[in-house]
Amino acid sequence: MSIREPLLSITDLCVDYITDDGNARAVNQVNLDIHAGETVGLAGESGCGKSTLAFSIANLHSAPALITAGKIKFQGQDVLTMSEEELRQFRWSQASMVFQSAMNALNPVLTIGDQLVDVVLAHETVTLAEAQKRSEAVLDMVGMHASRMKSYPHQLSGGMRQRVVIAIALILRPKLIIMDEPTTALDVVVEMEIMDQLYDLKEEFGFAILFISHDLGLMGQIADRIGIMYAGKIVELGNAEDVLSRPQHPYTQGLLRSFPTIHGPKERLEGIPGHPLNLLSVPTGCYFQERCSLCEQICVDVMPSIEQYKVPEERQVACHKVGQGDVS
Amino acid sequence: MSQWISPATAGQAVDVNQRSEGIEVENLVIDFALDNAMFKRQYMRALNGVSFTIKAGQALALVGESGSGKSTCARALCRLCQPAEGVLKLNGKDINDTGNALSQAQLAKQVQMIFQDPFGSLNPVHTVRHHLSRPIRIHIPDLKGDAIEEYMLDTLERVGLSPAKQTADKFPHELSGGQRQRVAIARALSTGAKFILADEPISMLDVSIRLGILNLMADMKEEGIGFLYITHDIATARYFAERTAVMYVGHMVEWGTSDSVTQNPQHPYTQLLISAVPEVGRKRSTTSQEHTKSQIPLWTPVSKGCPFTGRCPKVRPKCHAQMPDVTQVAEDHFVRCFDYSE
Repeated sequence: MSIREPLLSITDLCVDYITDDGNARAVNQVNLDIHAGETVGLAGESGCGKSTLAFSIANLHSAPALITAGKIKFQGQDVLTMSEEELRQFRWSQASMVFQSAMNALNPVLTIGDQLVDVVLAHETVTLAEAQKRSEAVLDMVGMHASRMKSYPHQLSGGMRQRVVIAIALILRPKLIIMDEPTTALDVVVEMEIMDQLYDLKEEFGFAILFISHDLGLMGQIADRIGIMYAGKIVELGNAEDVLSRPQHPYTQGLLRSFPTIHGPKERLEGIPGHPLNLLSVPTGCYFQERCSLCEQICVDVMPSIEQYKVPEERQVACHKVGQGDVS
Repeated sequence: MSQWISPATAGQAVDVNQRSEGIEVENLVIDFALDNAMFKRQYMRALNGVSFTIKAGQALALVGESGSGKSTCARALCRLCQPAEGVLKLNGKDINDTGNALSQAQLAKQVQMIFQDPFGSLNPVHTVRHHLSRPIRIHIPDLKGDAIEEYMLDTLERVGLSPAKQTADKFPHELSGGQRQRVAIARALSTGAKFILADEPISMLDVSIRLGILNLMADMKEEGIGFLYITHDIATARYFAERTAVMYVGHMVEWGTSDSVTQNPQHPYTQLLISAVPEVGRKRSTTSQEHTKSQIPLWTPVSKGCPFTGRCPKVRPKCHAQMPDVTQVAEDHFVRCFDYSE
C-alpha cells in the first residue's frame, strides 16, 4: 500500500434511492481511495451504482437519492459536510466531470466559447480577454482550432462535442476528473483518438481520473487500478492488468466472458446467466448468489466482506470462493 | 411449447418461381438531395457501387462508422429509399421493378427490420400482444381467432420471453431493455420473415444482455433466417456473422468471410478500425497523425478516387483519380485498394 495520503478517500459510502416501494441501496458500503495522478476504473452493468458513486463525489445528489452513510474526503476535507458556497468552489476547480452524453451536456443556444469562458469567470477573477485566451488554449489542448469558439454545439460532430466537454472539464486544471462513460456514444476510431488525447493530457498535467465504463478493454488501456461493481458493492479491486488477466470474483470472470473478441478463439459465449439483482429485495448472503456457478450454502447465509488477498498480487475480493473458480 | 409453424410454410405458399433463395444487391447507388440549394439541386452520394448477397441461414455484417451508409443499405432493402442505380433482388425478383408482382406487403412479409433503440421502436401505449398480433393479422391472413394467439405465444417463447402469456399483457415500459429488444425480434419473426435487417440491435443494450441477443439471433440463423447485421463493433461482427463487409463513406472497401477480414485485414481503413478496438490484454495502440487530422469527406456524384485518401497513410497520386478495382485476396476475401493490387 502506498504511504501517500490519497487525493480522494471514500469510506463506507451508502447511497439510497427512496422510492414508494422501499429504499434501494444503489451504493452499498463502498471504500475507495484515489491517489493524485492515478486512474481508477469502475466497471459493471447498468444499475450497479457506478454513476451514483460518481455523483456522490461532487455531492450532486438530489431527491430521491440520499447519501445515508459514509465519508468522502478530498484532500482531507469532507465533501459531504461542505456548505453550499464551499461546494460551489470545490466543484469543477478541484473535481470536474465529463458526462456520457456530450449532446446533453452542452447548452445548445450558447457558443462553445461562451460556455468555456463562463466556467472561468464563475470560478476566478480574471478579465474577459484573459478567460477567452485560456479557453482558446484549452481547445488547442484537446486538438480543436480556436476558430471553433464561435461554433454552436449542433455545428460539431459527436467526437468534437466530446472534446469540448473534456476541454470544459480541464480548463480549471482540477486534480480529479470524473469521466462517466466518456466515449460510449462514439465510433471506435473517434474513441481511440479521444482516448489518445486524454492519455497525453494526463501525462502532461497529472490529474487523477475516475473512469466509469462498461468496456473492460478500454479500461485496461487507461486505468491503473480497476474496481468491479455489482449491485452497489465493489466486488473486486486491484491492479488493472491483473484484474483483467486473472479475475478472481465469479462476476468479473463472467463480465470478461461477455465480450466477443477480434483475435481470441471463436466460440459461443454464454456471458452471465440470469438478471441483475432487484435492489428492492436483496438476499441475506452474497448478492451474486443467484447467478453464480460456485454458489454454496455459505454464500446464501453470509454476505462476503471485501478482503485483501495475495493471488499472487494484491487484490481485494468480496467472495467466499476466492481461488476456487476459474475463467473458462 | 406447441408446434412451431415454420416461417416458410406459415400463411401463403412459397413462391414457386424463385430461382435463388436470398437477397442480392448489385451495384447499388443511392443519392440524397441536399437541401441547401433551391434551384441548382445538389446531391450527396450515400452509397456508391455496393454489391452483396445474403443467403438464407447466413449473416452478413456491415461494419463502418456513423454515416458510412450501413443503415441506408437496410432502408433500400425495405424499399424505404429509391436507388439511383443498381438492382436489389429478393429471391431472384427485383424489388423495385414496377412490373413485378412483389407488393409492399409481400416484401414486408419476407424482409423485416430490427432497430437500434428498443425504447423508441415499440409503441408505449400498446401491449406486447398488440405489437405481435397486428403483423400476424396482416401478413398471415389464414390464421384466425385462437390460432393467432397461439402463434403469437409461440413466437414469444421462441425469443425466450417466457412465460409468454404474462409477457403478452405487458406494456413496453414494464420490460427491461433486453426484453424489449426480444419483443422487437419476435415482432420481426411473427410475419414469417425470412430475412431480418438488424440495425445496431445491441449497441443500446447493457453488456451482459448483448450476448443473449446475439446468441438468440444466432439461433434464428440456425433455423434458416438470413441476417443483415449492421454494427460498428467489428468484434461482434466476427462473432455473429459468417461474412463481413467494411464500409467507408458509402463504398465497400473490403469484404469476405468474417475470419479472413478480421484476422488478415488488407485495406488501411479496416486495419485502422481493428487497431482502434480496445481489447482486454492488448496494449494501447497510438494513432498515426494521418489518421487523426482529417475529416470524413462529403461524397457527391462527381467525386472521384478512393474516399479514404484524406486519412490513408499509404496514399499515392492515383488514389485521388480513380477508385481502385476489386482485388481478390483469398478464396472469399476481396479488397479495393491500390496498395494491395500492386
